[in-house]
Amino acid sequence: MAENFPQIVDIRAIRIFIDDGFNTIVANYGEALEIAFLPVLRMLTIMEHFLQWLPWYVVVIVLSAVTYLASRSWKASVGVAVMMFLVGVIGIWDEAMATIALMLTSTFLAVLIGIPVGVAMSRSDTMQAITIPVLDIMQTMPIFVYLIPFVMLFGPGKIPALLATIVFAIPPVIRLTNLGIRQVDAEVIEAVTSFGATPRQRLFTAQIPLAMPTIMAGINQTTMMALSMVVIASMIGAGGLGYQVLQGIQRLEVSRGLLAGLGIVFLAVIFDRIAQAYGRRMQQHLHIGS
Amino acid sequence: MSKPKHKIVIDGVSKVFGPDPQSVMPLVRDGVSKQEMLEKHGHVVGIRDVSLDIPAAGTFVVMGLSGSGKSTLIRHLNRLIDPTAGRILVDGQDILTYNDQQLREFRRSKISMVFQRFALLPHKTVLDNVIYGLVIGGMDAAKAREHGMQQIELVGLSGFENQYPRQLSGGMQQRVGLARALATDAEILLMDEAFSALDPLIRNDMQGQLKELQARLHKTIVFITHDLDEALRLGDNIAILKDGELRQVGTGSEILLKPADDYVSRFVRDVNRARVVTIGSLARKAASLPASDATEARCRELLDKTGAVVLTADGKARAVLDSRDASAASIRKALKAAARGAALPELDAAATIEECFATLAASGGPVITVSANRRSMGLVERGDVFAAMTV
Repeated sequence: MAENFPQIVDIRAIRIFIDDGFNTIVANYGEALEIAFLPVLRMLTIMEHFLQWLPWYVVVIVLSAVTYLASRSWKASVGVAVMMFLVGVIGIWDEAMATIALMLTSTFLAVLIGIPVGVAMSRSDTMQAITIPVLDIMQTMPIFVYLIPFVMLFGPGKIPALLATIVFAIPPVIRLTNLGIRQVDAEVIEAVTSFGATPRQRLFTAQIPLAMPTIMAGINQTTMMALSMVVIASMIGAGGLGYQVLQGIQRLEVSRGLLAGLGIVFLAVIFDRIAQAYGRRMQQHLHIGS
Repeated sequence: MSKPKHKIVIDGVSKVFGPDPQSVMPLVRDGVSKQEMLEKHGHVVGIRDVSLDIPAAGTFVVMGLSGSGKSTLIRHLNRLIDPTAGRILVDGQDILTYNDQQLREFRRSKISMVFQRFALLPHKTVLDNVIYGLVIGGMDAAKAREHGMQQIELVGLSGFENQYPRQLSGGMQQRVGLARALATDAEILLMDEAFSALDPLIRNDMQGQLKELQARLHKTIVFITHDLDEALRLGDNIAILKDGELRQVGTGSEILLKPADDYVSRFVRDVNRARVVTIGSLARKAASLPASDATEARCRELLDKTGAVVLTADGKARAVLDSRDASAASIRKALKAAARGAALPELDAAATIEECFATLAASGGPVITVSANRRSMGLVERGDVFAAMTV
């Protein structure tokens, strides 16, 4: 092969080694892993069926009520109701519910894993030095790269879609939990320590509450990234709005892609509004008068 | 075990910040300058070999400008910072030997702290902030709240207990900080520039309030400040720090009248001495002798020993004898005056010069000063006062 760069190491051997190694894992542990992740799949399916079972007006009312509670603004909650109504009008209600289920489940799991990781990172500089490059790689690596091993392990379906979404969406919540806790006023931490707080008391009475606005910003970003992943995740069988977009591409139907895309935009706006308004109100609540 | 004389003993404490503090400790002991330590050895000297004895039930002020290490020093007392070398004893116990559990117990019950920027928890109400130390110490919530309400009343914040810190002014927030520190009933109160972030008027009020509280509570207060006026107003004793080294320790009057070095004397130059120096610190000692026991021989004996004698009758000063004029005639005259003369004016030894101006102006000769327990007397003359007020 005529190439511009001389071959220094035998990269083919390395690739064969990686592929073979991974194949061995798939062959030996694939089934065990699949069983291990069944509860997660069940959670996702129950969520999806529940949302699709709920009468549409209940979903609309609940979402606009949540918006009102978070933002205390009638305008915002009416806007959310109108957008959800439009999602139904353009005939993609069930798909939207499937997408919300995937997004909420993966966000929930990402937050469940991400906050403890962020807390651990905030406590140790070594841990931070190791984790930050890993998060950088996770965010820069093209998402399709994750899909390959997950599909090999689990086969096409909802579990690999969910896991790939978590991997893609988890960095912001980890990063901002770490940042939020590290940015808590040092004097406040000294104060709680000086009154004899244990590390756990320090975490739950001071660090997490004071870092909450930043952590919420992380959860917000994670939610948005999970939503943006649904189109890609649909390629490996996640279904939902992403699948409609994919079908639009395959059948060259502009209308199908456009309507499903519009649905994704609506969902993004709704969840962004809710999370941001909540974060803002918390920030006001925590603001220390100067 | 006998009761230790001093509440807190700081014994040869040094603190060096940097990659390997222990390795440079010999240099620090040899007195290599702060500048050189930083430039040549890459370590910052926070505190260098500071030893202090802090008595119980008094206000001890540590004064220094920024970078003097005063905030670092105070953080050693509750071990927010651990020293590189030295010992710290509280009630005779070396607190550096405490394990995590003992240290928490010590912080929960014995020592508490007030911070410069208040350091309140913004998501908790005033009451919840005040009882924070009690709740994390495991006290029952209802009991803690009851106790917290007393502290809130003590600092004059009744009616604000359900507000959030951000709804209060700076002075009020610091009162919350003070109430929080008082709530644990700790004997030792650390105050790190507690009033520095407040407006001058509010600061003045808070200083007054602290003095009142201290008169009632008799805590051992360690107060950090960069403000000399504040140090002189609050401190029973004052330590002056510069570049992490102790320059002088003493009462306000001692520091003003006998500054240990150039730095301290430059520091105190602009202070209004009349407001700070106590009249007692200017007086020369005088023996007191009840007139009923006084004979010429006894007077002469005491004059030779102390240089001055105050003759008293019914506990009041009646006549003054001075070794400078110890003729037989003047002694006889004084004895006669003591037998039937009127009481002479007396000055409280703890009063400031300013408070004594009127009495000094009205009297011709030396004026008698009396300590609070009437055990010791002194004589002060106008000349002494003028000399003390001249820089």
